[in-house]
Parts: sequence; structure tokens; C-alpha cells
Amino acid sequence: MTATGVATTTARVDVARSRGTFFQRFGRGMDRWLLPIYVFVAVAFLALPVLVMIAFSFNDAGRSNVRWQGFSLDAWLDPLGRSGLQAAVFNSITIALLATVISTILGVLIGMALVRHVFRGRGITNLLIFLPMSTPEIVLGTSLLTLYLNLPGILFPLGLHTILIAHVMFNISYVVVTIKARLQGFPRHLEEAAMDLGANEWTTFWRVTFPLILPGVMAAALLAFSLSIDDYVVTSFTAGQTPTFPLFIYGSQQRGIPVQVNVIGTIIFATAVGFVLLSTLLSRRQKLDPVEATVDE
Amino acid sequence: MSGLLRRHPTAIAYALLAPGLLYLLVFYLVPTVQMFLVSLWTGNLQDGYSLTFNFSIYPQALSHYWDQFVRSIVYGGAATILTFMLGFPLAYFIAFRGGRYKNVLLFLVIAPFFTSFLLRTLSWKLILADDGLVLAPLKSLGIVPDGFRVLATPVAVIAGITYNFLPFMTLPLYVALEKIPPSLLEAAEDLYASNWQRFRRVTLPLALPGVIAGSLLTFIPAVGDYVNAELLGSPQSQMIGNVIQARFLQVGDYPTGSALSFILMAAILVGVLIYARIVGTEELLGGASA
Repeated sequence: MTATGVATTTARVDVARSRGTFFQRFGRGMDRWLLPIYVFVAVAFLALPVLVMIAFSFNDAGRSNVRWQGFSLDAWLDPLGRSGLQAAVFNSITIALLATVISTILGVLIGMALVRHVFRGRGITNLLIFLPMSTPEIVLGTSLLTLYLNLPGILFPLGLHTILIAHVMFNISYVVVTIKARLQGFPRHLEEAAMDLGANEWTTFWRVTFPLILPGVMAAALLAFSLSIDDYVVTSFTAGQTPTFPLFIYGSQQRGIPVQVNVIGTIIFATAVGFVLLSTLLSRRQKLDPVEATVDE
Repeated sequence: MSGLLRRHPTAIAYALLAPGLLYLLVFYLVPTVQMFLVSLWTGNLQDGYSLTFNFSIYPQALSHYWDQFVRSIVYGGAATILTFMLGFPLAYFIAFRGGRYKNVLLFLVIAPFFTSFLLRTLSWKLILADDGLVLAPLKSLGIVPDGFRVLATPVAVIAGITYNFLPFMTLPLYVALEKIPPSLLEAAEDLYASNWQRFRRVTLPLALPGVIAGSLLTFIPAVGDYVNAELLGSPQSQMIGNVIQARFLQVGDYPTGSALSFILMAAILVGVLIYARIVGTEELLGGASA
């Protein structure tokens, strides 16, 4: 179609637009005004509980943090100053770090196989990865507990190790899915070029493949870490007497949540947001690199 | 070693898959079988349990906790529909009107979910409380009567679930909508489709994969959720998750808890497998990758 052709078409549509029935005009008004206003309200609605959480971390509350009592920095100056809180936070971070490393390694390997290789049993593999994601958390927790109960001496009594096993399990699928999405359209010719230039598999992997998949690996690890540090349901079934940060929150909600919980919640939130912004900035910078740019094709 | 791998390219694939799949086999599939076996136990916590293949526990558990099952499906279903109604306009705006603010908007949708699930839900408890941020001003203005409450009602539970799972709906919808070429929408307009016709005949059918993925990702965790019912509801709004949690962690009635958990999983898996048959496993994972 020529340029004039396009122009006349648009002109005709404009004429049709300016008239229109009441409903058409209503629809256009909705598109122009109502939708942006709705999006603004929805984003505010999503942010509201987080803002409440942050605001109440500055509350001058004594025992229970349910009513605004006035501004105070006390909790921020002593974020772990509650009995049991330090151990819980320490456990959560330990488990999240270990679960992230293990599940990222296992998941990246599966992701590479799925994207880059042709093999028998692909359907079964996809199913086995999809199943844990499509099982409610409570079922994952209870079924692992029944396994642990039947292995006394090995996996019972419960503890850090049983929580870790559970977290790695539910993380693997999310890592695979993230990696798969990022690896689609992987530039195989760059690896072939490296091999043609005399690099062996090992060198090719570390010098070509790994730098290319690194942003995807980082995204997957970030997701695994945030799923793990926040998990309450599966952890409640696999922890026994071992406290984690979410278990501490749940346990103290009847007596009243200490302000320190909001402080740590705010710190975790700010850290996660910081990491996401950082990785976005890094991947944006990498896009300027011609080699990186081919990954997106 | 590398020679062997080069001659058998599929061997590399299996070597990459083995550790992870083995892990899922041992800590996902085996526990599921184990849970089924535990559901067939009889006995009690004091004297011990033994495997007696007591299949009658299934009809018993189902009839005894029928209300909670129905409630879970109703609450989960209502929350799924609500997340769709709230999430679709959001995803639509970001995909078609976001422009250079697309990533900022996506970030704003996801960011709240970097806060602890429990803290978010507890914040809603503060917001919806009888004399909280929302109801206190409405009551002092006389808009709602003094005795009116949201907390400890099914409305609060459904609202909490809707809030907590909104991104699981919005993101797959966004991914599906983003893939629609604007030229198709322009073509519909050029052919004199009204806004409604364009939406009904072009946008919605093309967004269907996102709708299905989003509904699954929302409905499945919503049906099994018990944290919202526990924190925002009352004993009259208990879901099946609350019962399973109490059977396991408070009563120590492992057989009934396992049976209920197994029924919940089986019901969901049957649905998902039918779906996998229709759309294929590859699409299932592709849709979930949102």
C-alpha cells in the first residue's frame, strides 16, 4: 500500500470515529480516561499493604503493632532485638542461600537439556517439572512430611535439612521455567564458531555459553531466593521446632507482631527491589553489546 | 568422556537431566505415594499407626469435610474470576498503552510481591479491621453502620486471595496480549469493527492462552490456600487447607490429613492433565513461564 493509501484509510476511520453511537463514544472515553485511572488505582491497591508495612516499621508501638502510636526509630536501631527473631532470620537466610544455589544448578542443567537437545522422554520431563508447580503448597508440605515421618533417624526429627530439601524441590521447576524462557533462541552458531576456532567443550562452555546464559541464571536464582525466604506453608510442615522468619511472624501474630518484624520485612523488600533494578540495568547495558543483542532475536 | 558424549548427543541431554529429575522423583513423586499409603493407616498418635489399607477413609473424609471442600472451590473460583476482571484491564493497558513506561508499570505490579506473603496479608488485616484505615472513616461519616465488618467474613478471605494471586493472573495475560500484533487490531478497526467487537472477536481469542495459564496459576494455589482464611476469616469461612493443617499439625491425625490432601491433589491433577492433553505439555510450561 502506498503512503497516500494509508493516509486515506486513516482519514476514513477518523470520520467514522467522530460520529459513532453513544456506546462507541462511551467505549472511546473509557479507553482514554477510565482505563488509565483504573490502572493508577490498581497499582495503588497493590502497593497499599506494602506501604502499610513500611509505615508501621516506624511505629512507636509497645507490645502489639496494630495501631499507629507515633513515629519512632527504635525498631530500626535494634532490628533483631526480640528473643528468637535473630535465630529465625539467620535460619531463613541460610536456607534461602543454600536452596538457591542447589536448585539453580539442578534447574539450569535441566533447562539446558530441554532447550538445546533433542531426546526421548521430553513430554515426561516437562510433566515432571510442571507437576510441582501445579500442586498446591499444602500438598507439597504434607506429602514431604509423610515421607520424613517414615524415615526416622534419617530425616526425622525435622530440622534445617528437611526444610532445605523441601525448598530445593519447589524451586527447581521455577528455575527451569525461567531459564527456558531466557534460553529460547539461543545463538548456537557462537558455540559452533568457538569450536571451529579450536576451543574444546569445557572452554566453549565457560567462555561462550555461560556468559550468554548468565542473565537468565541470575533471574532464576533471584526468583528461587525470594520464593525460599518467603515460604510459610511448605516450611510449616517440614520445620518441626526449627524457626524461620515466616514461621516467627505466624507464631507471634496471636500475641501481636513486634515492630522489628516490619523492619526486617522492609529490609527484605528493599533488597529484592534493589537486586531487580540492578539486574535490569545490567541487562540493559549488555544489550548495547552486539553479541548480547543476538540473544534476543 | 567427551568423545563418548560427541558420539551420543542424547547422552549429554540425559546427563544434564538426571540430577534434577532424580531429585524431583525422590522428593516429589515418592512423597506423594507415601502420602497415599499414610492415608490408608489406622490407629492413633499414642498407640501408633499401622497400614491396614483402610480405603473407607476416603468416603468418610469427603463427606465429613464436604463443606470445606465446596467452600475452597467457591472461594478459589470467585478469586480467580476477580483476578481476571481486575488483571485483564491492567495487563491490557500495560501491553498496548504502556509505551515507554511498560517496564515501570510491570515492575509496579510485581514489586509488592517481594514482601513477605504473611506480612502483606497481615497488612490487609490492619487495613480491613473494624476500626481500621477503611472502615473507621466510613463509620464516622455514617456511610456504613457501626456494627458493619469486613474482617472475619468470606468477603475478606476472597479479597485476600484475590490480592495475593493477582500477579499470577496479570503476568500471563500481559505476555499473551503483548504478542498480539497491533496491525491485527488496526485491521479490525479498518473493517469497521466497534470497540466491543474488536475486543470480543480479536483481542480476547488471541489472549486465550494467557487466560488459561493465568486461571490455572491462580486457581490451583487459591484452592489449597489456608493462610488467608486463617488470618482474615473466621471458623465459618474455613477452607480445606485449614482442615488439613489442623489434622497434621494440631491433632496428629495423619491418615485423615493425608486423605484430604490426596483428594485435593487428585482433583486438581485430573483437571490439569485433561488440560495438558488438549494444549500439550510444551505449551503448559510455555504459558507458565510468564
